[in-house]
Amino acid sequence: MLNYIWLIPLCPLAGFLINGLWGLWCVRRTGRRPRKSFVAVVACGAVLLAFLISLGSFAGLLELEPENRIHEVNLFNWIPGLMVRTVSGELAQFQINWGFQLDPLSAVMILVVTGIGFLIHLYSIGYMSEEEGFYRFFAYMNLFMFMMLTLVLANNFLLMFVGWEGVGLCSYLLIGYYMEKRSAGDAAKKAFVVNRIGDYGFILGMLLLFAYFGSLDFTDLFSRIATLVPEPETAWGPLSWAALLLFIGATGKSAQIPLYTWLPDAMEGPTPVSALIHAATMVTAGVYMVARSAAIYSRAPEVMLLVAVVGIVTAVLAACIALFQRDIKRVLAYSTVSQLGYMVTALGVGAVTAGIFHLMTHAFFKALLFLGSGSVILGMHHEQDMMKMGGLRKYMPTTWWTMGVGTLAIAGTPLLSGFFSKDEILWRAYSLPGGSPVIWGVGVLVAGMTAFYMFRMMFLTFHGKERYDRHSGHAPHESPRIMTVPLMVLAAGSVVAGYVGLPPWLGPNVFEHFLEPVLATAWQPEAGAHHSHLEEILLAAVSVAVAGCGVFLAYHFFLARPEKAGQLRERFHGLYRVVYNKFYVDEAYDALFVNRCKGLGTWLSTFDLKVVDGLVNGSAAATRISAWISGQADIHIVDRLVNLTAEIVEFFSSVFRRLQTGLVQRYIAFFVLGLVLIIGCYLYLGA
Amino acid sequence: MGFFMTNILTIVCFFPLLGVLIILLWPKGKEHETEVKWIANIVAFLGFVVSIPLITHFNRPEYIDSSGMRYVFKAPWIESLGVQYYFGIDGISLLLILLTTLLGSISILSSWNAITTRVREYYCYFLILQTGMLGVFMALDFFLFYVFWEVMLVPMYFIIGIWGGPRKLYAAIKFFLYTLLGSVLLLLGILALYFHQYAVKGVWSFDVLAFQELGIPPDLQYWIFLAMFVGFAIKVPLFPFHTWLPDAHVEAPTAGSVILAGVLLKMGTYGFVRFSLPILPDATMEFLPWMMAISVIGIIYGALVAMMQKDIKKLVAYSSVSHLGFCMLGVFIVTPVALEGGILQMINHGISTGALFLIVGIIYERRHTRMISDYSGLSHVMPVYAVVFLIMTLSSIGMPTLNGFIGEFMVLQGVFADPDYKLWAVFGAAGIVLGAAYMLWLYQRVMFGTIKQEENRKLPDLTPRELATFVPLIILAFWIGLYPSPFLSYLHEPVNQIVEKVRPGEFQPRSMQAQIGDR
Repeated sequence: MLNYIWLIPLCPLAGFLINGLWGLWCVRRTGRRPRKSFVAVVACGAVLLAFLISLGSFAGLLELEPENRIHEVNLFNWIPGLMVRTVSGELAQFQINWGFQLDPLSAVMILVVTGIGFLIHLYSIGYMSEEEGFYRFFAYMNLFMFMMLTLVLANNFLLMFVGWEGVGLCSYLLIGYYMEKRSAGDAAKKAFVVNRIGDYGFILGMLLLFAYFGSLDFTDLFSRIATLVPEPETAWGPLSWAALLLFIGATGKSAQIPLYTWLPDAMEGPTPVSALIHAATMVTAGVYMVARSAAIYSRAPEVMLLVAVVGIVTAVLAACIALFQRDIKRVLAYSTVSQLGYMVTALGVGAVTAGIFHLMTHAFFKALLFLGSGSVILGMHHEQDMMKMGGLRKYMPTTWWTMGVGTLAIAGTPLLSGFFSKDEILWRAYSLPGGSPVIWGVGVLVAGMTAFYMFRMMFLTFHGKERYDRHSGHAPHESPRIMTVPLMVLAAGSVVAGYVGLPPWLGPNVFEHFLEPVLATAWQPEAGAHHSHLEEILLAAVSVAVAGCGVFLAYHFFLARPEKAGQLRERFHGLYRVVYNKFYVDEAYDALFVNRCKGLGTWLSTFDLKVVDGLVNGSAAATRISAWISGQADIHIVDRLVNLTAEIVEFFSSVFRRLQTGLVQRYIAFFVLGLVLIIGCYLYLGA
Repeated sequence: MGFFMTNILTIVCFFPLLGVLIILLWPKGKEHETEVKWIANIVAFLGFVVSIPLITHFNRPEYIDSSGMRYVFKAPWIESLGVQYYFGIDGISLLLILLTTLLGSISILSSWNAITTRVREYYCYFLILQTGMLGVFMALDFFLFYVFWEVMLVPMYFIIGIWGGPRKLYAAIKFFLYTLLGSVLLLLGILALYFHQYAVKGVWSFDVLAFQELGIPPDLQYWIFLAMFVGFAIKVPLFPFHTWLPDAHVEAPTAGSVILAGVLLKMGTYGFVRFSLPILPDATMEFLPWMMAISVIGIIYGALVAMMQKDIKKLVAYSSVSHLGFCMLGVFIVTPVALEGGILQMINHGISTGALFLIVGIIYERRHTRMISDYSGLSHVMPVYAVVFLIMTLSSIGMPTLNGFIGEFMVLQGVFADPDYKLWAVFGAAGIVLGAAYMLWLYQRVMFGTIKQEENRKLPDLTPRELATFVPLIILAFWIGLYPSPFLSYLHEPVNQIVEKVRPGEFQPRSMQAQIGDR
């Protein structure tokens, strides 16, 4: 199977082409859209096939010795470029392959992407069944799968960037799926442009890596880097810069400060899209990329610290915003940002496997929660405001219990998946040399907030009074089987997924063991102080207790004494407004960057028209004026001179004309007079 | 076959004139207009077909000259001045010639319904234009080059001036005079080379390859470089010589804009690559920082100005300024990867911007307005059009898997690897972010949302003829994006030659450099 890993991305691509082209063809020839059953079978079948091949390849990978678990398939020479002289003075050929690589890290990713992707595809059949653009939706979803799988399977940075941009494009298309809605179009564009700012960092990072190391191929590049030692904290070398630039890319894709603002807006897309792209897979691409580049990051301690700080600050900031959101999907969106913050923190403190572990468990329960919220939204006839829900438990029992499992998992209930992954991150943040107790403390605080806002969501949605008008519309209803079955599967996954990565005091950590060979090129710092199991258990107990407090507070304010929440909100009205409005970050960005940029554009177009083109037109005008002047000069000076000569001649002639009288007597008189004068002169002078 | 292949460049170049001849001999009158259209289309298409053997025979040894040029044809023309009828191409010209014949036939096809008045003249001018452009890319005699360079101005002037929009006369005259100004300085540069060659070698000749071997003293190189720079920079157009471009683009008929953007602008960049770089290497290195600066200014300036345009065509026109900045960035750093990327980017720009002008033309033909605010929600009524527009938008903003990305990345990589000019790559890359902003904003405003204008509710989708104009461009866009090596393989050899002239030895293995040092 290992030689056929290139088929994994190819299956969804085929699905995309079939559905997309066939759909366009139908619309054009008959004006009708293609049959939904056909579209659904093609799209889901393609993803299922990819999943099966992934399973087969995974099995194939397991058969190999742990240290040999890397398999590369180079399909063709993508960019055969010429020579580049690297900074160290060597010649390197700019040559990029279209090649895939399966190793434990990408194996985990393809299983998550195709497995959860398949469930979400199934769910979408039900969720989108009323939609006009059914074929369009599934075509984009399949294209997304292709790009995401290219991203995680790529064996070099540039091909990874292909998938990276490609998932961004699909995100753009799917956020803007309801294109008649202006807000959807705006959100789509925002998502793409903000991501492009991150990509700017990614591109520069790649340029730098090639300029210094002469390769973008993972194996090649990392083995060259493996010979280097970490850069001292005082001097920023190429590794630090590359790490920083790549991380800018990661902040865009994985919605970290400062580029997280697009993700909440991305909820404009259909809910399965939010589940697949904006929770389970695409947004984790940044985490995956940083994990993949562990060889670089582990040698750039300054940047690692920055990564950890950005992660934990994002986690706490997003959790704060999530506390007060009214829109059910927005709560989950900020929760995603916050959880991604956890993963990034893990990377920053050097616990790469913990970060990937949380990525995997989070994919299960967050996909579950989003799909559950979609089920709620559909059952409520496209109502998303939780203040207009309540008491839905009896109408949608399956949605209720599955979402309940997801909530328990994300809140860190012991023995569910979220508990294992989150506590591993917290423990590593505490114990690793790259971490610190402060990060641990903030992380525990975030765990408490997470429990609070998730249970608030559950209570507002499924429990308490029914706050909607049952008589005006139809009653809420449970979703069809095709939607609830994926929910149940994901719920089961949210329970068991954690058991592959048990903490040392409970059992073996299979997951960490499996991923270890990937980190062979990473710099392993000397182990810090030894920590006992007891310490780890104690810290876990603290975080569970804090989460318990969060649950209790949510219960107190939203179920037991709902009026108190309102009172509290009144008392801290100003603070509430600031947090509810997401700290006005969007407004600040608009004022600081977007409007500045547009202003500059307007100013420059005026400049272009008035000054640059003005100079051109000015010189044309100047030519015309000088032509006019020379024309005038020609008439008034040059021609005048010509005429003047004529006039002078005429003047003299008019004088001498008087002599020409025609009278013979007068001529004789002049003649005599002249004669007398001449003789007189002669006599006088002669004497 | 023998006669055909030895004279292939002449045949390709003058083939369009055959069409002109037939059209002129064809009976006059309204009822014969459709026939004229057919003739023009067939001739243009055959013109493309005839140019295909250029690829298939490209690497046959019997067509390769000692200088590496292909299909060389040389005959004396004006013997007293040493002027030759001298054609020959390398990989760079090959790609540009194929782009020209392809875009030429596409834009002639796109004019079918757009041109209703003076049809015969229109197609005649277009075919003459075609010959002029092809000659520019083939000539290896500087005098011959200059003749073609000027010849092509005339039909373009008429195409804009007769079939253009409301301000067509202003635009046509501006285009003509502005480029003519550049041409005059270019001619001065050519003459300086000509006399210098006589002074050194005692030969009167305009042979371009001979000029490359002259070893002109740097002082003289600087002056010649500046003179030629103005000529080429206006054509490219480089900031701040670009203002003729938006006017000409906006006023020209669709096909005129396509050719203008797709091919005409490339003549400027081609001029730099073919003449300025190899003939004047010292001057190139001397002015390199300045060229980098104006290229980067062009990238960012063009993008920012494009962002705030209200007219779609003007927006695309300014995006050209930005994209051509990328080409020039790659050309002037003169490192192999960047130069190759810059040349590839010329082709890419021809494909994607050419297609974007066709796209604007489609809705202009239906609605007779180019204002962004007159459109919204078009994807509801024109689904196929929406897909084509999206692909070309993505191609233009450098989406990986499409053509623009390969060129842009190669340019940036080549620039970044030169430690002295790293920062210019950093600034240049900012153009990628801005490009996404203005193109996607345009796409959103035109295609997304609800239909607000009643007239737009009944807009028909692409007709098969219109679709046919896009299909080859879409295929090429994906081809270059996914598998560029056939295209790059033609560029390796000439690019290496040019780089070797300007930066001798820098991209050879060290051992060879040491040998050069020993000598």
